[in-house]
Amino acid sequence: MMVTKKFWRQGEPYVWATSLALSLILFMTFLLFYVVLANGIMVFWPKKVTLATLTDGGHLLGEIIQDEKNPATGQKRVQFKIGNRDLYGLDFKWVDEASVSNFSLPPDVYVLERQEHGNFYGSLQELRIPGLVLPADKKESLRAALDAILPQRAEVAEIDRQIALLNRQVESNNNKLARLRYHKQEKTPSAAALQEEAKKLKIEFDRLVVLLGSKRAIVSANEAVMVDAGGQEKTITLANIVRCYQPNSMSWLQKCSYYGKRLGELLFAEPRESNTEGGLFPAIFGTIMLILLMSILSFPVGVIAGIYLREYAKDGYLVKMVRIAVNNLAGIPSIVYGIFGLGFFVYGVGGQIDQLFFPEMLPTPTFGTGGILWASLTLGLLTVPVVIVATEEALGAIPPGIREGSQALAATKFQTLTRILLPIASPGILTGFILAMARAAGEVAPLMITGVVKLAPALPLDGSFPYLHLDRKFMHLGFHIYDIGFQSPNVEAAKPMVYVTTLLLILIVLIMTSTAIHLRNKMRERFSVADL
Amino acid sequence: MSHADTAIMAIDNPQVAVEHLNLFYGASQALKDMSFGIPQSQVTALIGPSGCGKSTFLRCINRMNDLVEGLRIEGLIAIDGENINDPSLDVIELRRKVGMVFQKWNPFPKSIYENVIYGLRIAGIKERGVLDQAVEQSLKRAALWDEVKDRLHQSAMGLSGGQMQRLCIARAVAVNPEIILMDEPCSALDPRSTSRIEDLIRELRGEYTIIIVTHNMQQAARISDYTAYMYLGELIEYGPTQKLFTVPERKETEDYITGRFG
Repeated sequence: MMVTKKFWRQGEPYVWATSLALSLILFMTFLLFYVVLANGIMVFWPKKVTLATLTDGGHLLGEIIQDEKNPATGQKRVQFKIGNRDLYGLDFKWVDEASVSNFSLPPDVYVLERQEHGNFYGSLQELRIPGLVLPADKKESLRAALDAILPQRAEVAEIDRQIALLNRQVESNNNKLARLRYHKQEKTPSAAALQEEAKKLKIEFDRLVVLLGSKRAIVSANEAVMVDAGGQEKTITLANIVRCYQPNSMSWLQKCSYYGKRLGELLFAEPRESNTEGGLFPAIFGTIMLILLMSILSFPVGVIAGIYLREYAKDGYLVKMVRIAVNNLAGIPSIVYGIFGLGFFVYGVGGQIDQLFFPEMLPTPTFGTGGILWASLTLGLLTVPVVIVATEEALGAIPPGIREGSQALAATKFQTLTRILLPIASPGILTGFILAMARAAGEVAPLMITGVVKLAPALPLDGSFPYLHLDRKFMHLGFHIYDIGFQSPNVEAAKPMVYVTTLLLILIVLIMTSTAIHLRNKMRERFSVADL
Repeated sequence: MSHADTAIMAIDNPQVAVEHLNLFYGASQALKDMSFGIPQSQVTALIGPSGCGKSTFLRCINRMNDLVEGLRIEGLIAIDGENINDPSLDVIELRRKVGMVFQKWNPFPKSIYENVIYGLRIAGIKERGVLDQAVEQSLKRAALWDEVKDRLHQSAMGLSGGQMQRLCIARAVAVNPEIILMDEPCSALDPRSTSRIEDLIRELRGEYTIIIVTHNMQQAARISDYTAYMYLGELIEYGPTQKLFTVPERKETEDYITGRFG
């Protein structure tokens, strides 16, 4: 009796409850991270390609994705990624284990990553390279052929680049013309010059298009004849092949190098196949730029507002109301911010800017449509309460003796603020900033209506004047996850990419916040007044 | 206050002259009709039980009470004949003339060097030589130089409590004030550090006018030239320390200093 009483009085069960709560949260977090990591980290590791010989004499070639009990028959079944979408229409196929007589790993089987139609699994029959016939059994022949046409492909890419450049010139020329037309100056010599220029550009454009066609024809004359598991022939132009490898005969080192290449592609290349393949560079760029822009726009405002509320505002009814409002702002669903951003920033402010500065372009909007500036401002609005509250609390936590000490040494309130209080409060303010940044990085809903797109034609920051294009739409990793995971026509094929994108987003947030945390800890060490 | 004339000593040419000072926090009155003069270059101690208004009075002298909301002052405080509550007077100038050391040491989270020259930097002094000299001089005056001369550029947060308090004194001295206010500077210190600070106050005497609030009557007796005894916002007795502690005019003062009360 005494023992149990003491047991309760010492609060043992509550201690357990607190530790249980913490472990539960930690467990869930780790589980989430584990699932993403386990599924995401091996996506680029080349999987072995299995040949299944079926009892009915048929063949199935592809990567084994998973196996499970068939819910209909109770038999074990295996899911193959068979690729060859252009031949079969489907990338994935379930096959009952009972109907397979033999699994084998043919060493010479090729996996071709293609620009279109996903992967091709099969073996090489013949290479058709004009002026050069390579024997099919030569092991490195396909790779050698791909290397051989690299200069040709580079030429095509160069012409593509020139056409893009020309397009930009045409566009800027058209904009100038539109401006003159708007100001009723169509008959002026400068307008005539512009029209002349447009004609010249058009001629150059036509020339490049013809050139591109002929170069493309030369490149696509290079073909490989492939054979699938069933013996069906398929001719593939080499220009369509992004990468080829033979996973069943790759050494460990080769696999590593393949992994590295794919990782490089992920980080630095453009996406293809409606975002389910290729790289994520525009989305990574867009995400980081969005967060940075958001920070630049909202952080100073939040800090200044916090300083005013704590240091200068007279405590009264109004300040109390403001404080309540600021605290409640953090609880508003983010989509509401998105709608506000759309109505106020995009249509309101953006519409006005268009009226004032780009009237010649109307009804095509310039700033009056979603763009990275409006998305950052919307996110800034969403995160600014966190910064305000953190600033206020950090300033409030400074011992009053410090303020008095500074003022007694004939410092003004402003000098005290800038020289003493802000440095001491900076770790606390940074904590708020970290929270704000993490929240902003995870938001997708408000972005979807203020400027995020599935595929942006150009980055918001590039080499063409004025370099920073705040009106441009952008791509974002969070939206990318939603888009390829739930909006893509081939969800199954996009699954690995969802995990990779998620992993990448988590890593970016982790890197950005831990940089900020590191900075904060340094400041905390430097400006600690804990001993006072 | 009919008896005030006998118990409160008149000072010729006081540096700080207080006349009919009343101070109100909202509706309650914290200081009641205080009138006395504080002499130049001497140590004046303010004693009295907790809540008698010693610190409040001290903070009137450099207008630290400006920061307190709902506080109202009537009467006159003049330093060198100048009314410090005159709206035309710059409070920054006043605080340059009247330094202050607080009950709880409050160095800034900066280096020792930067702490000492904070007031000079605020005053806009940038010349390295002047600042270096001020640091050495002030730290020597605060009897801290030997202990910190090798780590001037390390954080002041690494010092002990007693060292921090001496650093705060050095910081106050660095701007070369005329008056230094000390608000129970030893109340949070151990006896060793206390005696060091007391030595320091004795050394600073003559150069600065020091007004010190203390709870410790022995301390007041040891270090001060003049002592003022306050009770419930009133100045009860004021005179040379020797006299006040040996032959007090008033019964209340005697009760307090003999420990029968307070």
